[in-house]
Amino acid sequence: MIALFTSVLAITLRAGTSLIYATVGEIYTERSGILNLGLEGVMLMGAVLSFATAYYTGSAWLGVLVALLVGALLAAIHAFLTVTMRANQVVSGLSITLFGSGLASFLGQRLGPESNGYYLVGKVGPRFTPYVVPFLSDIPVVGALFKQDILTYLLYILIPLAWFYLYKTRNGLNLRAVGENPQTADAMGIDVIRVRYLYTILGGMLVSLGGAHLSLAYTPGWSENITGGRGWIVIALVIFAMWNPARAVLGAILFGGINAVQFRLQAAGTNIPSAFLNMLPYLATIGILIVMTWWETLSKRIGAPAALGTAYMREEK
Amino acid sequence: MQFIFEKRQSVSRQAIILVPIISFLVSLLLGAILLAVSGANPLLTYAAMGKGAFGSWRNISETLVKAIPLMLTGLGVSIAFRMRFWNIGAEGQLTLGGVAAAWAALSLADVLPAWMLLPTVILFGMLAGALWAGVPAALKVLMGVDETLTTLMLNYVAILFSKHLYYGPWRDPEGFGFPGTAPFPEAAWLPRLGHTRAHWGLLFAVVLAIVLWLVLNRTRWGFELRIIGENKRAARYLGINIARNVILALAVSGALSGLAGACEVAGISRRLQQGLSIGYGYTAIIVAWMAQLNPLAVLLVAILMGGLLVGGDQVQMMMGLPAAVGLVLQGMILFPMLAGSLFTEYRLRIIRPEKTPPALVTTEEA
Amino acid sequence: MTEEKRPILELRGITKRFPGVVANAGVDLALYPGEVLALLGENGAGKSTLMNILIGLYRQDEGEIYLRGEPVEIRSPRDSDALGIGMVHQNFMLVPTMTVAENVILGLQDLSFVPKMDEVVARINEISERYNLQVDPYASIWQLSVGEQQRVEILKLIYRGAEVLILDEPTAVLTPQESEELARVLQVMTSEGKSAIFITHKMDEVLSFSNWVQVLQHGKSIAVKKTAETNAQELARLMVGREVLFRLDKAPATPGDVLLEMRDVHALDDKGLPALRGISLQIRGGEILGIAGVAGNGQRQLSEAVTGLRTVTAGEVLINGQPMTNRSPLEIIQAGVSHIPADRVGVGAVGDMAVSDNLAMKGYRNAPMSRKGILYPPRILEFAKKMIASFQIATPTPKTHIKFLSGGNIQKAILAREIDACAGVLVAVYPSRGLDVGATEAVRKRLLKQRAQGSAVLLISEDLEELLTISDKVAVLFDGEVMGVLPSEEAQIATLGLMMAGSRLSQIV
Repeated sequence: MIALFTSVLAITLRAGTSLIYATVGEIYTERSGILNLGLEGVMLMGAVLSFATAYYTGSAWLGVLVALLVGALLAAIHAFLTVTMRANQVVSGLSITLFGSGLASFLGQRLGPESNGYYLVGKVGPRFTPYVVPFLSDIPVVGALFKQDILTYLLYILIPLAWFYLYKTRNGLNLRAVGENPQTADAMGIDVIRVRYLYTILGGMLVSLGGAHLSLAYTPGWSENITGGRGWIVIALVIFAMWNPARAVLGAILFGGINAVQFRLQAAGTNIPSAFLNMLPYLATIGILIVMTWWETLSKRIGAPAALGTAYMREEK
Repeated sequence: MQFIFEKRQSVSRQAIILVPIISFLVSLLLGAILLAVSGANPLLTYAAMGKGAFGSWRNISETLVKAIPLMLTGLGVSIAFRMRFWNIGAEGQLTLGGVAAAWAALSLADVLPAWMLLPTVILFGMLAGALWAGVPAALKVLMGVDETLTTLMLNYVAILFSKHLYYGPWRDPEGFGFPGTAPFPEAAWLPRLGHTRAHWGLLFAVVLAIVLWLVLNRTRWGFELRIIGENKRAARYLGINIARNVILALAVSGALSGLAGACEVAGISRRLQQGLSIGYGYTAIIVAWMAQLNPLAVLLVAILMGGLLVGGDQVQMMMGLPAAVGLVLQGMILFPMLAGSLFTEYRLRIIRPEKTPPALVTTEEA
Repeated sequence: MTEEKRPILELRGITKRFPGVVANAGVDLALYPGEVLALLGENGAGKSTLMNILIGLYRQDEGEIYLRGEPVEIRSPRDSDALGIGMVHQNFMLVPTMTVAENVILGLQDLSFVPKMDEVVARINEISERYNLQVDPYASIWQLSVGEQQRVEILKLIYRGAEVLILDEPTAVLTPQESEELARVLQVMTSEGKSAIFITHKMDEVLSFSNWVQVLQHGKSIAVKKTAETNAQELARLMVGREVLFRLDKAPATPGDVLLEMRDVHALDDKGLPALRGISLQIRGGEILGIAGVAGNGQRQLSEAVTGLRTVTAGEVLINGQPMTNRSPLEIIQAGVSHIPADRVGVGAVGDMAVSDNLAMKGYRNAPMSRKGILYPPRILEFAKKMIASFQIATPTPKTHIKFLSGGNIQKAILAREIDACAGVLVAVYPSRGLDVGATEAVRKRLLKQRAQGSAVLLISEDLEELLTISDKVAVLFDGEVMGVLPSEEAQIATLGLMMAGSRLSQIV
């Protein structure tokens, strides 16, 4: 029983890694007051380009690097449109998703090794394989933490760091102020525009890394729609985490867990049609949203940065 | 030198018309760069796309086939976006509309007189779409649940559900294992226009666009919807029932997408099968925004977007380029559009420190 | 002027233009160390713009700023912060979800990467002791009263080493007693050589707080006076540019039936805390009841409870004798209640719709503007033209989006719509706030006209002079309760002040 639990936990973590990267990234973006609904597109682009890079160079790490770059680039477009051009954040995010998924699909076909018409789909490239830490991994339950790939291990550092930075440092303080009240932040000498660009781009890099984890570790290789809506689920997870990077883990584990259970049930063979099992993450997202909204109304507590989704400009009278 | 956005004194009408056109041209330019980088000749590609989309009557009719669902979903998305209700669930609403229409076509064929079958099929499609949009609308206005996520998540649910049906219980036993239902009885077919595949859905779309325009601009309900969309707090203060109106508007929005789904199954495939939607519901967002939520403009933009899809397919067949090139161009169109809409309300002022612009009001001593 | 002292701060020829308006036209200003300069002027005279230039939120189009005789460039608040210039804005620059200490150090440049909060707190305590600015450094801002938040603002500026403090209408949110406390804080500060610019439009404050008075009018500086050598009458004339209307023609009241009545009304605020605690008021037709009180004592909730925009948790609201408690806003509108809301841009108008549409937003439900759900645009336009003419709304065309109009004209449009639709009760919340003299006078005259026509008017205002001038009775609101109601002829500012600070009329008399 414990062995089963440990293995479910291990799968959960592996499935949850990309979600955690993306959730932490989006938390940072939203903390600056920018809502980026382009995650699905960013993750897909991160996934396809990191895999293509790894496939041709033989280095998964170069794939990670490219994922970071492409994430930064797409997020910079969003930042330019919403911060400088003050475009509607929802629509800008949506267009990042539409553009990203279209381009990822185009590249997935165009970047195939054979000339014209042969795809990247189904190709096998370098990947991050789980590294089993001796002894530690033998501990029941907790051992699951030590049978992971390197990107998951990195999370063990990233999460506390992200939390500490946001709540305990000068920069984190300024970031939170920009998302809560840009007028005040501006009057206190914080460069609102710079902060919004910076954390939108940083967020995009982490989100893209989440996509790279899919194609380099979790389900190695490229397939169309490899993300399966994870980019959207992450938006819900940010709400679930109440914009706190430490709590991002809980949400990701919940969804990773749903994935794991789904796999298990499918493997074990049940009477429930697979379509309904596959619906679980999406229905769970809706469920979580309803519960969180209800709970926030009830407790009169709103965790969202107060200025989320609104453009800021100084000289308007 | 310093650049400053300065608020205009009134909304610029030229900008409203010019911005979408320029946006389209800019996206073609960006697309050309992308094509060139990926080793294709942009001019030849565009020529092939244009020819593929509009080069002959047959091609134009194929473009219309793709444009019809874009028109209907685009109208649906427009009305939701006007409420600042971010319905990105047109895809699911369309799919469920197709499912409900298929059920009606297959199950009610023996119950209903033949002449009633097609209207019933269409009505079922619209009702299902309305329901699929109405649920997130109710969650939003009654509980405040974020609609972008609920509408989107319901897309996945609807698509998985329809797959389950045509792979499982509804699969045609005589279909040689092909994933799809049995073909609809002829009474449930939506008539086509001449010998093309374009169907009556086109008439529905044109009529509905005009009706929608009239409703928004010439009726009390439309006036209330516009107020709600522009300023919810003002609407509440003016005694307008926001909850009821948003749910109603979203039911209409979903019904339009549901109608698109019903037309697809009854007019094109004449059964429910794999590939009911090729992302029409998402492209509808581009259509709606490019049309600046104006129902009449939706019709034109939908034809353009339909052309990009057909053109994309054509370059795949003719030049071996991925059909997704159409999607990439579509995805890129909104960027210049979003950047450009600032110019409808602002103008760019360049400030040089040595020269100060003349004052707009004279400041002589009183 | 004084030759022996050199100004610490000097502005020369500051000009700032916004599209369509010149907010400041060649303004000179001098501030001396250890002194307080009162900047006097009506709303829209350009005081706030001038100060926003000084702290780097706006950039002047022309003119120079000198600090201690040296020319300085102030490009952003970061620059002014470094130069020791700080401002207490009218709407406080505080992040509600953060603590006092976090707000104080926000954006500081010389802060260590991981700020040592106990050191910060120790310094805050030291400052609050020295200047008598009591506040808990660990409290979150949203838990503090408005007066306490203002203390945090001042404390923040001192902490950040401000030598020149700009206070933008600081007393608007304070009780008279709290204002006196502020005066003492200012005294300590000036005795230490710090100086302050004090923006206000209240004469008595000018006379008691300042060493110098400078008057702005329509963006221009029109007078600089030594406070000791001037008086309220002279300043008022300078400020407005003509003799101030202190009395409007007001016919004697002819009270009719009670049209609006509240019986022991309770309601909560947005955070779910009690905002109204047993309000009982009556207004008769042909009568104006003024509501006085420091902002945030339940005024907004009171107007919302009457108009159906806020749930009444206990008690009753009667309109024209009919129980209307917790009816929908529409039912209350149909019962004849009109409402001029406090937030005219955010609530009262729809910025992206035409002036004509905005004017039609009450009448569109009925003939002649609509029949059987169909709108008749020519009728709407006709009505709009009529309203634009009779309320003298300055708009390029009736089709112009209303957001392009000035605040005064937007208010006139709202007034036109609401008064046209009014059938018995008019609720007016801060109707003349931020308007110039002409518009203010127009608004007040309209309210009096409604009174003459037999409407019951509930007037909520923060301007005691306005309340005393046009209302028949004044009720004072404190912490969600009515401290007392008295006829405006008998009301004295001192009595009202005590009531605004929480004393009941019965305790004073």
